Amino acid sequence: MTVLTISLVLVLLLVVFGLLFRLQIFTSIFSGTFTRDIGMSNSVNAILMLVFLVGGGSWFAYSFVENFSKMNPPVASVHGHQMERMFWITMAVIGVAFAITQTLLFVYSYKYQYKEGRRAYFFAHNNKIEVIWTIIPAIVMAALIFAGWKAWTRITGPAPKDSVVVEVMGKQFNWLVRYPGRDMKLGVVNYRMIDAVNEWGFDLSDKSALDDFTTSEVHVPKGVPVLIKIRSRDVLHAVYMPHFRVQMYAVPGMPTRFWFTPTVTTDEMRAKLGNPKFNYELACNQVCGGSHFAMKATVIVDEPDDYQNWYAAQQSFSQKNPEVMAALKQKAKTMVIPVAAATKEIEAAPVPLAASY
Amino acid sequence: MSDMTPKPNLSPGVQTQGGIGSAPVPVIEHGEHSLHDEHEHHDQHWLWKYVFSQDHKQIGKQFLITGILWAIVGGTLSSLFRLQLGWPEGTMEWLKPVLGGWIQAGKLNPEFYLALVTMHGTIMVFFVLTAGLSGTFSNFLIPLQVGARDMASGFMNMLSYWFFFLSSVIMFSSLFIETGPAAAGWTIYPPLSALPQAIPGSGAGMTLWLVSMVFFIVSQLLGGVNYVTTVINLRTRGMSMSKLPLTIWAFFLTAILGILSFPVLFSAALLLVFDRSFGTSFFLSDIYIAGQALSNQGGSPVLFQHLFWFLGHPEVYIVIMPAMGMVSEVLATNARKPIFGYRAMIGSLIGISMLSFVVWAHHMFVTGMNPFLGSVFMFLTLIIAVPSGVKVFNWLATLWRGNIRFTAAMLFAIGFVSLFISGGLTGIILGNATLDIQMHNTYFVVAHFHLVMGSAAFFGLYAGVYHWFPKMFGRMMDEKLGYIHFWLTFAGVYLVFLPMHYVGIAGFPRRYYAWTGFDAFSQFADMNKFISIAAIIAFLGQFIFLFNFFYSIFRGRRATQNPWNSTTLEWTTPVELGHGNWPGEIPAVYRWPYDYSKPGSESDFIPQNVPYSQTKSSNLPYEQELVD
Repeated sequence: MTVLTISLVLVLLLVVFGLLFRLQIFTSIFSGTFTRDIGMSNSVNAILMLVFLVGGGSWFAYSFVENFSKMNPPVASVHGHQMERMFWITMAVIGVAFAITQTLLFVYSYKYQYKEGRRAYFFAHNNKIEVIWTIIPAIVMAALIFAGWKAWTRITGPAPKDSVVVEVMGKQFNWLVRYPGRDMKLGVVNYRMIDAVNEWGFDLSDKSALDDFTTSEVHVPKGVPVLIKIRSRDVLHAVYMPHFRVQMYAVPGMPTRFWFTPTVTTDEMRAKLGNPKFNYELACNQVCGGSHFAMKATVIVDEPDDYQNWYAAQQSFSQKNPEVMAALKQKAKTMVIPVAAATKEIEAAPVPLAASY
Repeated sequence: MSDMTPKPNLSPGVQTQGGIGSAPVPVIEHGEHSLHDEHEHHDQHWLWKYVFSQDHKQIGKQFLITGILWAIVGGTLSSLFRLQLGWPEGTMEWLKPVLGGWIQAGKLNPEFYLALVTMHGTIMVFFVLTAGLSGTFSNFLIPLQVGARDMASGFMNMLSYWFFFLSSVIMFSSLFIETGPAAAGWTIYPPLSALPQAIPGSGAGMTLWLVSMVFFIVSQLLGGVNYVTTVINLRTRGMSMSKLPLTIWAFFLTAILGILSFPVLFSAALLLVFDRSFGTSFFLSDIYIAGQALSNQGGSPVLFQHLFWFLGHPEVYIVIMPAMGMVSEVLATNARKPIFGYRAMIGSLIGISMLSFVVWAHHMFVTGMNPFLGSVFMFLTLIIAVPSGVKVFNWLATLWRGNIRFTAAMLFAIGFVSLFISGGLTGIILGNATLDIQMHNTYFVVAHFHLVMGSAAFFGLYAGVYHWFPKMFGRMMDEKLGYIHFWLTFAGVYLVFLPMHYVGIAGFPRRYYAWTGFDAFSQFADMNKFISIAAIIAFLGQFIFLFNFFYSIFRGRRATQNPWNSTTLEWTTPVELGHGNWPGEIPAVYRWPYDYSKPGSESDFIPQNVPYSQTKSSNLPYEQELVD
């Protein structure tokens, strides 16, 4: 019933609108205004151009300042600070270009509106100014490219040798986290060995996998370089940690990586923001299915000592799941080729990001 | 307005005598004449005239109307997901009569949300801004502006539309199937798009998407080959490449981009079909999904991204370049000034076209691609700012000391420049690999491309429709409604997309059904509501245009032959355009298309078909030499 009423009202409104419109056309034809090519509306539009520049510009400036603190997630990594600086310097550069060109556009539109008897200036080209406004942007771009390239090579360069290693694996729709354990070596995983318990697909015939431990949260120490190794076991995902300015895709069949150095512990950040519930978050940032928007993990930055203690207290996957171990031993007996040997080949295949290591 | 003096010689036959020196009339002219007569004198069945038409004007209109229908669909989809984003806690029960099972317990299904986003992107990029924009105006304007009776192959041109139509029907039908339309994003990255286990939209919906795109690509190629051939071969006497209007240059280069890049999308789609249906592993490797380890090994999802973006990046220029061309034309006409730096404008179009092929991987900085490649693509990407900057400066210089008439088309052209600046500049941030680490796949990207290629291209489309409507339908659109439409849309677009940058700088990921699950993305609930309201109002504002458009087709004021006092050839044709475009001989061309407000000339414009011998008072020294 309501739907019917609403549609009826809408139809009536449309009819009224149509009639008014028709009437306006008839009156304009009758009064002969249609023969005048350029009338009042020209200057009205010209004035609106100025109004738009001033009004729109002030609204933009106001809302930008108003929301400035909200749009700046706190930075908590070494390269994050560099990126932040570069971002706002670039914003300033493009802000200047934005202000100049938009002002000229609207001011010219207003100033050079049609005037009876005036003639436009026949000005087809001018090599000198064209060269100038080609070269100046080129120089500015060169500077930005250079700065960007320097930072990019540093950020994506090899991780320091003493980096802490943690591996995350994306799956629909959560993140799995594992650490290399005491031997500091991540064991081989094989997607064919994945099941409900062995979510990573640990190949426990590989000795270095025996002490690997898995967690649900990512723990990293403050002030120490952290190398995040990234995998996916089904579709594309992306590791996105906005506070650390870290992002890298998780690609099935192609391990990727990213390293960074956290600078603020979770506790420090909680105190700084006055928010006792604050947590660093790891979001999935490549669409991966229905619950993509809910695929998150918590990242906790500890003081290095706390991190060590936490690390030492963890129990390895093989200890926690003796039945997997037993089943695997059974399986290994029946197989001709040890699984670990087979997968090592795949591991060694050239992977773009691995080239730098 | 001032009268048309010197009178453009509209009567055919007389013109040719007064040409440069005494230009001999080529034999081909007679051939064309008789061909044209043949067409004029038999009445066509309406089916051949309006439906299976081979006339480029009719085909252009078909593309336009289909594009408009698609734009309504695409816009409606965006309103639906904006409702979700603005009011993540709100109920959508009232949409149940329309969306049926996609509303569960008053909530939009998250998988359907992704389908909405995917289809919005696909529809807008391909069906509206490629077929609807370049399809419409390349078809309509190329023969008229280069002085040809029709496209090189009318039959292929007809096929081009009907393949597009077929593709449209298939894509549209995918909206109604049980598992829903494709939902892996308009970029359809596998493995998500390859595995129905991963998301239901990757079942039948994705199959239909791929089949539809294959037909779409066929349509684009048939059209593109025609555009290029027509521009190269069918220009009228005197119409050298350096006398072409910038519209034609833009359409010409756009068609070349399409011909070179669409086949690569075709190959990507084909390989994806193989992976989906025939068990190959081009893009799949090491996958465990839905409790099963798949047998696929050795494929690379990143390979797909390379193939996709090899089309995908030129595609954004396929969308924006026709708009650039039309805006140049509209700005010059209504500022009553020659376009500033005509050759620089052509040069920058060529520069952009070439660069557009070597920047694709800037969409992939953080996909695990070798960082060295990232450096190279950052360098190439940021170079594009230079030719783009040249274009903006030249448009500004065109307005400078003009005598501007604010027609609706002119307003949209000015709006285009404004949006192109705003959206283009943020590209400098995204093209920087370092900054892209943080900005990739956030709303900053969404805001950027919606301004620079979405809204700006739409503004180009509107400028084109308002400007060439009299030529298309022989009637005028209502100017006042046009003004209201413009200001509402212009303000609306900025109200939607400027705040979206803030949301993006804060790191909000795109393609999120809701951000409420994250503390990091919770601070902009009000802003998202604001954006949604602005977006829905701006969308509703487009119905003003729709009314104006369809009303004016039938009831608009009758147009005069050259309502904007423009110089290009299409305005030398009669108001009632028949097949073959010119009732008599095709006019010859003697000058460039931008002789506006030329000193010494009484009229403030001199059409291209007026020989220098008739404009002695305004000829520049080198032009006078051509006459003497």
